[in-house]
Amino acid sequence: MTPIHDQSYRRYTGVRQEPGTAWLVIAATGIRTVLTKKFFWLVLLAAWGQFFVRAVMFYLSANFSNLDLLAPSVETFRQFFEIQEIFVLFVTVYVGSGLIANDRRSNALQIYLSKPLTRAEYVAGKLGTLLFFLLLVTLVPALMLLFLEMMFSASLAFVGANLFLLPAITLYALVEVLLSAFTMLALSSLSTSARYTAMLYAGVVLFTAAVFGIVNGITNSSSLAWLSFRANLDQIGDVIFRLQPRFESPWLLSVVVVALLIGLSVWVLERRVRGVEVVT
Amino acid sequence: MSIPGSEDQPVASLDNVSVRFGAQEALRDVSASFAPGAVGLLGPNGAGKSTLLKVLLGFVTPTAGRMDVLGIDVAAHPQRIRARLGYMPESDGHIPGMNAVSFVAYCGQLAGLPRSDAMQRAHEVLHYVGLGEARYRNTETYSTGMKQRIKLAQALVHDPDLLFLDEPTNGMDPKGREEMLELVVDLATRKSVNLILSSHLLPDVEATCDRVVVMHQGTVATQGSIADLKGLRRQVFEVRIKGDVDTFIAALEAEGAECHGTGEDLLRVLVTPDQGPRDLFSLAARQQVQVRHLRPSVPTLEDVFAEAIGEE
Repeated sequence: MTPIHDQSYRRYTGVRQEPGTAWLVIAATGIRTVLTKKFFWLVLLAAWGQFFVRAVMFYLSANFSNLDLLAPSVETFRQFFEIQEIFVLFVTVYVGSGLIANDRRSNALQIYLSKPLTRAEYVAGKLGTLLFFLLLVTLVPALMLLFLEMMFSASLAFVGANLFLLPAITLYALVEVLLSAFTMLALSSLSTSARYTAMLYAGVVLFTAAVFGIVNGITNSSSLAWLSFRANLDQIGDVIFRLQPRFESPWLLSVVVVALLIGLSVWVLERRVRGVEVVT
Repeated sequence: MSIPGSEDQPVASLDNVSVRFGAQEALRDVSASFAPGAVGLLGPNGAGKSTLLKVLLGFVTPTAGRMDVLGIDVAAHPQRIRARLGYMPESDGHIPGMNAVSFVAYCGQLAGLPRSDAMQRAHEVLHYVGLGEARYRNTETYSTGMKQRIKLAQALVHDPDLLFLDEPTNGMDPKGREEMLELVVDLATRKSVNLILSSHLLPDVEATCDRVVVMHQGTVATQGSIADLKGLRRQVFEVRIKGDVDTFIAALEAEGAECHGTGEDLLRVLVTPDQGPRDLFSLAARQQVQVRHLRPSVPTLEDVFAEAIGEE
């Protein structure tokens, strides 16, 4: 007797995309999943608060000559990123902690990697999800502020006088989000618990800052700033925005530390993202 | 490489493949060929069945040897192969936070289907595997049997040419197991999907497959069509005796026969072609045991398996 379900399966004759685009599917699905969480919308709103405040300040300074005090400068954009740091931390933890850890917990890696995608594509998809939201709270509002400044002042004078600002904003945002995203993904790949990963990441950021703070307090010297996750970014940020570096440690050392952290994260991901876990 | 009696090109083949995990050799010089249709990959736990599937998927890189799947070199083009493969893993696997239809459609997209096609196929295959009514439920709330079905659905959604089913009936109740086996038979016979069914359950393999590759301790113990293998070079007898069973078995084995229990008090004795019932009776007399029951039997897959791995 032919079962009824016989009618419901047929061979597929439609088109198939060539391998290489699966990372886009992973990233887009990850983004959609995060956007279904109402709490995250509140986080995003809070993260864009500074943008709205600064936009009003730019408007006022452009339209009321007695409010020159509010006029933007290079420091304004540097400060913008400094204030956004807390949101970068929050978004990294909220979005990133479960990206790989949850897949490891539910044995999803073997499902992913049995499809026509490479391990690099899988990581790229997860990275895409995290980068999207991190850039949404750093690069996008910063660039929009620069654009608004031009619009409100109806002049290219500020941008013309600070031509380096556009690449500086872009470069610093990329350094900040790449370091945060790679570090978080590497930590996420080490665990099967998103909560534990979140605590681990926050611990790394806060503990290294605390160690540097203590050393700084005892020695009255900031030459060991490279010990701190955040201090390295601050140091590099100052240099990118052509400001006086705030710490005594060489800024090149901070660049090396950031590069090493990203390299270490890539190595961890290469070791941990596998279709089969081999315990010898 | 070809299996004797096989007329078609194999869907997968391994040529002297070895896999080592640290000090342990999981596969040792494995040469096997999987013909089109349903092929059982049979062996006790730890025989290397799952490792073999993972090697064919490209999850594990062999230390030696060469493999082809659907005529494509695994080492050179693992992605091209996986685009045409469906893999139902042994352990539970799902994407957290998704309902069944989203999960299966997502898997379809990962396999290269456009989003709308993937969604349509997700509905179809979920109906096919019997999860039509539960397709909007979060997969994390599924029972063990439902999790097995959704693993099959995600493996089928992109319409693979070759399915790897790793212990597909694990944890299923008898009715669910029967339905799963019906699906496997349907796929292989009516839907023209080639499949390799890895299992340690002989009845599952016997019910679904035409051919079998028997693995034991990381090597291929035997392979071929079940019908051919059942036509053993040996005759099989069911024997029940009264007396010292261990001594009788030892005497049988000394005469070149093989013997294994059935779980009851019956012995299945595989004798050499030149031996017959008369030899069994005379041996029993010499060992001073009474033969209470002796009947020629039809060889089963269990006999093939026992002979291949030398199990008592």
